[in-house]
Amino acid sequence: MNAVTHGADQATAGSTAATGAELVGTPVVTPEPSRTRDVRHGLVVHGLQLAVLVVLLGGWQLLTSTGHLDPVLFGEPSGIVGRLQTWITQGTSIGSLGQQITVTLEEALIGFLIGTTLGIVSGIALGRIKLLAEVFGPFIKVLNSIPRIVLGSVFVIMFGLGLESKVLLVIVLVFFGVFFNAFQGTREVDRNLIASAAILGASKWQITRQVVLPSAFTWIIASLHVAFGFALIGAIVGEFIGSQQGLGNLIRAAQGTFDANGVWAAMVIMAVVALLAEYLITRLEKRLLRWRPTQLSGPDL
Amino acid sequence: MTAQPSSPSPPAGTPAIQLMSATKRFRTPNGSAYTAIRDMDLIVEAGEFCAIVGPTGCGKSTTLTLVSGLEKASDGRVLVHGEPVSGITPGVGFMFQNDAILPWKSVLDNVAAGPRFRGVAKATALTSARDWIRRVGLAGFEDRYPHQLSGGMRKRVALAQNLINEPRILLMDEPFSALDVQTRAKMSNELLSLWDLTKPAVVFVTHDLEEAIALADKVVVMTAGPGGTVKATFRVDLPRPRVVQEIRFEPAFVDLYHQIWETLRAEVDKAYVQTTGSAVAS
Ligand SMILES: Nc1ncnc2c1ncn2[C@@H]1O[C@H](COP(=O)(O)OP(=O)(O)OP(=O)(O)O)[C@@H](O)[C@H]1O
Ligand SMILES: [Mg+2]
Repeated sequence: MNAVTHGADQATAGSTAATGAELVGTPVVTPEPSRTRDVRHGLVVHGLQLAVLVVLLGGWQLLTSTGHLDPVLFGEPSGIVGRLQTWITQGTSIGSLGQQITVTLEEALIGFLIGTTLGIVSGIALGRIKLLAEVFGPFIKVLNSIPRIVLGSVFVIMFGLGLESKVLLVIVLVFFGVFFNAFQGTREVDRNLIASAAILGASKWQITRQVVLPSAFTWIIASLHVAFGFALIGAIVGEFIGSQQGLGNLIRAAQGTFDANGVWAAMVIMAVVALLAEYLITRLEKRLLRWRPTQLSGPDL
Repeated sequence: MTAQPSSPSPPAGTPAIQLMSATKRFRTPNGSAYTAIRDMDLIVEAGEFCAIVGPTGCGKSTTLTLVSGLEKASDGRVLVHGEPVSGITPGVGFMFQNDAILPWKSVLDNVAAGPRFRGVAKATALTSARDWIRRVGLAGFEDRYPHQLSGGMRKRVALAQNLINEPRILLMDEPFSALDVQTRAKMSNELLSLWDLTKPAVVFVTHDLEEAIALADKVVVMTAGPGGTVKATFRVDLPRPRVVQEIRFEPAFVDLYHQIWETLRAEVDKAYVQTTGSAVAS
């Protein structure tokens, strides 16, 4: 409480004279930050987005219902909605829909967490410790250049149809993007900030924790968006290659029965999951990067 | 806050800083060596305020990095409190030429950073940080992030951040050069009164000769680079406390100014010819 009033005093101290004048003279009209304009802008954007959707989906529906596209091969929006409905109400061919989503999400999330943690830790370690970078740099380059998705088959053979093989594939897919960003972010840290912290008495570890990590976070967080996409891909492909459950398995089953609508419906579900994750990552980003300057309020540059 | 991990205090009379024919060579991108400073001799006594002036590129910042231990001398000796410098010198504060406060820490956390790094308890560190924030005139801005401050305010944060460690040596690299004239004069006065509190030895690099004379006990003029070194040292015996805005009208100040400027001008011209490759009409 005390601190609050104190801060307020400070803020108003300089403008006492102005406030006094205001009380006597006519009130000064300050332009209201344009709330209404923001709202209107938002409406325009959403309206346009809706229009794009209507054109795409409507066109698709129209082409299939007029016979230009074969709905059995290409699927159709109304069929996809129908398939989603049956899945939700009656479950899928391999169990309830919720269960499939849970299985896939579990694989993706566990792999994502392990993969990003490994990526961040090793990226910063190699960025900070030159010897490590020299020793492991070439290995990482080679590993990164092979088509890692093929490892899915290897893992299924080695670890079976369960959770482990999917999680491993996700880790392998997620790791590299996060690693390279963390590594680069560590290399790009302002030398001045490190020197200044060292002079103020920071140990090497304190510099890593309090200077390098926050600075590299801008880079790391940028990679998380892509990394979560890779996590979903890893889980789905892993299930596709060999599994008993999950959205990937569902897609495979749908493909096996020439059920185009089923494949599309699974994709819709994945898109919703990805959007939710994207929203959460953006929230995290906003929280962690609070210290960054906000956008200029002037014209778009 | 006196728990500096530095050596037991040296015998009285040991200078705070001694450079003995210190030379610093840098490796340039094309592989050749560039001598930034050559055979530099400099002594700064404990509690002395020393200003260094010299043309751009003569090695002023390099000199400070040698004293702080951020760079190692290629030749010669650098002693701090009589001990050779190896690694980061403890008990030294450094205000960099560019902003170096942490953008992701609030003003309060930035100022408290030094004590926190050294393992002082959080509550103690924050209390003392609040004190120093008030002393540098930033009370009320504790929760701001650096990007929400003006350039002058960021310099104040950097000053508080260094002074809170009560360094026995304070290195300042053109700390106020980005500020407007009025703010600069105000901050110079504040610096002098803060300096009076703990009396560290100060090495203050500047391009502004007036500022140098107004603040310092002695002004060191460096020769133009490459291989800058001390050209001349001038003692400033103007009485303290000084008011920076007024002292420049005193006859003694004006005399000294002319004297030092004569020495400095030759070097500035030389540096100008070197960097532009043209002769100067002066
Ligand atoms: N890391 C480095 N590598 C190579 N050359 C360097 C390096 N640091 C400084 N130099 C060179 O050493 C010389 C002296 O640099 P320094 O920064 O000490 O100059 P200065 O006197 O502080 O100049 P200014 O007044 O413009 O700040 C310059 O010519 C510079 O190019
Ligand atoms: Mg410099």
